[in-house]
Amino acid sequence: MTPEQTETTGHGDISVGVAGSGDSSASATRITPGNALRPEDIALEVRTGLVKPSEDVAEYALRLGDDALILAQRLGHWISRAPELEEDVALGNIALDQLGHARSFLTYAGGAWEKSEDELAYFRREHEFRSAHLFEQPNGDFAVTIARQFVVSYYQFELYRRLTQSTDATLAAIAAKAVKEVDYHRDHSAQWILRLAQGTEESRQKMIHGLKLVWPYVAELFADDELATRLAEAGAAVEPSSLKADFDRLTGEVLAEAELEVPQTPAAPGGGRRGKHSEHLGYILAEMQVLAREHPGASW
Amino acid sequence: MASQNLQPVPEALSPEDQERAAQLEAEGQAYFDRVMSDDSRIEPKDWMPAAYRKTLLRQISQHAHSEIIGMQPEANWISRAPSLKRKAILMAKVQDEAGHGLYLYSAAETLGQSRDKMMDDLIAGKARYSSIFNYPALTWADMGAIGWLVDGAAICNQVPLCRASFGPYGRAMVRICKEESFHQRQGFEILLELSNGTPAQKQMAQDAVNRWYAPALMMFGPPDDDSPNSKQSMAWNIKRFSNDELRSRFVGMMVEQVRVLGLTLPDSEVRFNEETKKWEHGPLDWEEFKEVLAGRGPCNAQRLERRREAHDDGAWVRVAAAAYAEKQLAKQARKHAEKEYAA
Repeated sequence: MTPEQTETTGHGDISVGVAGSGDSSASATRITPGNALRPEDIALEVRTGLVKPSEDVAEYALRLGDDALILAQRLGHWISRAPELEEDVALGNIALDQLGHARSFLTYAGGAWEKSEDELAYFRREHEFRSAHLFEQPNGDFAVTIARQFVVSYYQFELYRRLTQSTDATLAAIAAKAVKEVDYHRDHSAQWILRLAQGTEESRQKMIHGLKLVWPYVAELFADDELATRLAEAGAAVEPSSLKADFDRLTGEVLAEAELEVPQTPAAPGGGRRGKHSEHLGYILAEMQVLAREHPGASW
Repeated sequence: MASQNLQPVPEALSPEDQERAAQLEAEGQAYFDRVMSDDSRIEPKDWMPAAYRKTLLRQISQHAHSEIIGMQPEANWISRAPSLKRKAILMAKVQDEAGHGLYLYSAAETLGQSRDKMMDDLIAGKARYSSIFNYPALTWADMGAIGWLVDGAAICNQVPLCRASFGPYGRAMVRICKEESFHQRQGFEILLELSNGTPAQKQMAQDAVNRWYAPALMMFGPPDDDSPNSKQSMAWNIKRFSNDELRSRFVGMMVEQVRVLGLTLPDSEVRFNEETKKWEHGPLDWEEFKEVLAGRGPCNAQRLERRREAHDDGAWVRVAAAAYAEKQLAKQARKHAEKEYAA
C-alpha cells in the first residue's frame, strides 16, 4: 500500500482496521486454542481457590458482565433477521463475543458469593442486575442497533484497554481478551455509521434518528460512583469519567467523517448500576430466564 | 449488481459459427464424459451439459435455502437457552448455518445465477428447501433432537457430497461437514444431559426424539422406486448412494446411539436384516412428506414470512450499502484522475 493510500484510509476503507490507539493488528480469531481465556478456566480457578474477588471487585465485575449479557441477549435476536446474511454472521459474532465476556465476568463475580454464572444470569431479579440502560435499549431498526453498537464498542474499547492494566489479574486477563474482540466491533459499527450516513437519504435519516434514540443513555456510561472511584484508586478498576475524553474524540472523528453531528439530546438519569432499570429489562429477563426457572436445580 | 445470467448465449449464429459451436459442444461433451468416467471434477469454467448445470443449480440452491430457513427453528431458542454455555453454543451453531448458506450460494453462483435471484425465488415461494424445517421447535429438547437427528441425517447425506463431481460444491461440503459434525455432537450432548437429568427433562428429550425421528428419516428423500432424479444424479457423480441406502445406514447409527442416550426410537420395526445386511425401519408417512413439500406443513407459511420480513426490512440497508460503495468508487476514481492531472 502506498503512503498516499494509507493517509486517506479511515473507517471507510474495509481493507484496513480502525485507526486508533488499540492494537488493531491483533487478531481476536487467531488465538491459539488453549491460550484463550475461557469462562471455564476462571470457574476452575475460583473453585480451586486460586482466585477470589473482593466484594468490591465482584460488584464491579457484575456491572461489566451484566452490560455484556444484556447486550448479547439483544443482539442474538438479529440472528436470522439481519438485512444481509453477512450481517447475520457479523451480529451473531458480536453477540457471541459479548456473551463470552459476560460469562467470564459473571463467573469471576460469582466467586465472591459462591454462585455460578448461570445462577447469576438466571436467578437474579430485575433490581439485582447492574447493567447500564444503554444495553437494554430495544434493537429498533438496523440503524438503531448500529447506533447502540457504535457507542458500546467505543466505550468498551476504552474501558478494556485500560483495564488490561488492572491490579486484579483476572479482570486484566478478561479485558485483554475482550479488547481485541471489541476492536473489531468498533470497526464494524464505524463502517456501518459511514455507509448508512452516506448511503441514501433514507439511510441517513434513519442513522440520525438512531443516534438520537441512543444518545440519552451515553452519559450513564461515564458516571462515577463510590465503588468505581474506590476501585480505581486501588488500581483495580477504571474510573468511568476518565474514558470520556477519548470516547468523545474517537466517536467524534467517525461522526465527522460521516458528516453527522453529535446528538444534542438531554441525558437520561440512568441508575442501572444501582439496580434501577428501564421498562425494557423485565421483558428481557422474562424471556431469558423462563426455561431455567421452570426447572430450578436442573443442569443442562 | 451481478447479472442474472453470467454466461449469456448469443442470439443468432452464422453457419460457420454454428459449426464451430457444434464442434465445441462435441469437444466439451467428450471432456465431460472423460471427467465422469475418471471420477474427476468439473470446474465452473468447464463445459457442462445444460441439464447437469440445471440439476446442480437446483440442488445447491435448495441446499443453501435449507441452511437459511433452517436457522429459524433454532434461532427460536437462542433467547431462552437455559444456560449461558448452551446459549453460546446455539448462537455459534445458527451462525454457522448462515455461513453454510453463504458458501453454498457462492458455489451456486459459479453456475451462473446470482444470490439475489435465488433469494427472490425463495421468498416468492418458487424454490424449495428441506421440508424438515417446516416442523416447529417446541421445547429446548428440540435443540438436541435437531442436532442429533436432523444434522445427523444431513451428515449422512452430505459426506458423500464431498466427492461430488462439481468442484465448488464438493469443496464447500468438506467444510460444512466438519461443522455439521460438531453440530450433531452438541445435539447429542444436549439430549444426553436431559436424559440424565430430572424426570421432566428426560420426558422432554424423549418427546423431542419421538417428534423428529420420522421427519429426519424422510430427509433422505422418497424411496428409491419413487425417486426419478436419483439415477441421473448418480450417473453424474453428484449422488453416490441411493436414498434408501443412506436411510438404512442412518437408522443403523441411530440404533446404537439412542442406547447410549438412554432413550428409545419411536419405531418398533427397526431391525437388522441378516440377508440384505441392511437396517430396516417401520413405514413412513409419505403422504405427510408430500403435503409438507407442497406447502401444507405446520410452519411453511411462518418460515417464508420470516425470511420475507427480514429481507424486506433490510432492503433499505442493502440499497444504502450499494450506494455508499458506488460513491466511494467514484471518489477514488476522481482522486486518481486528479493525481494523473497533477503529474
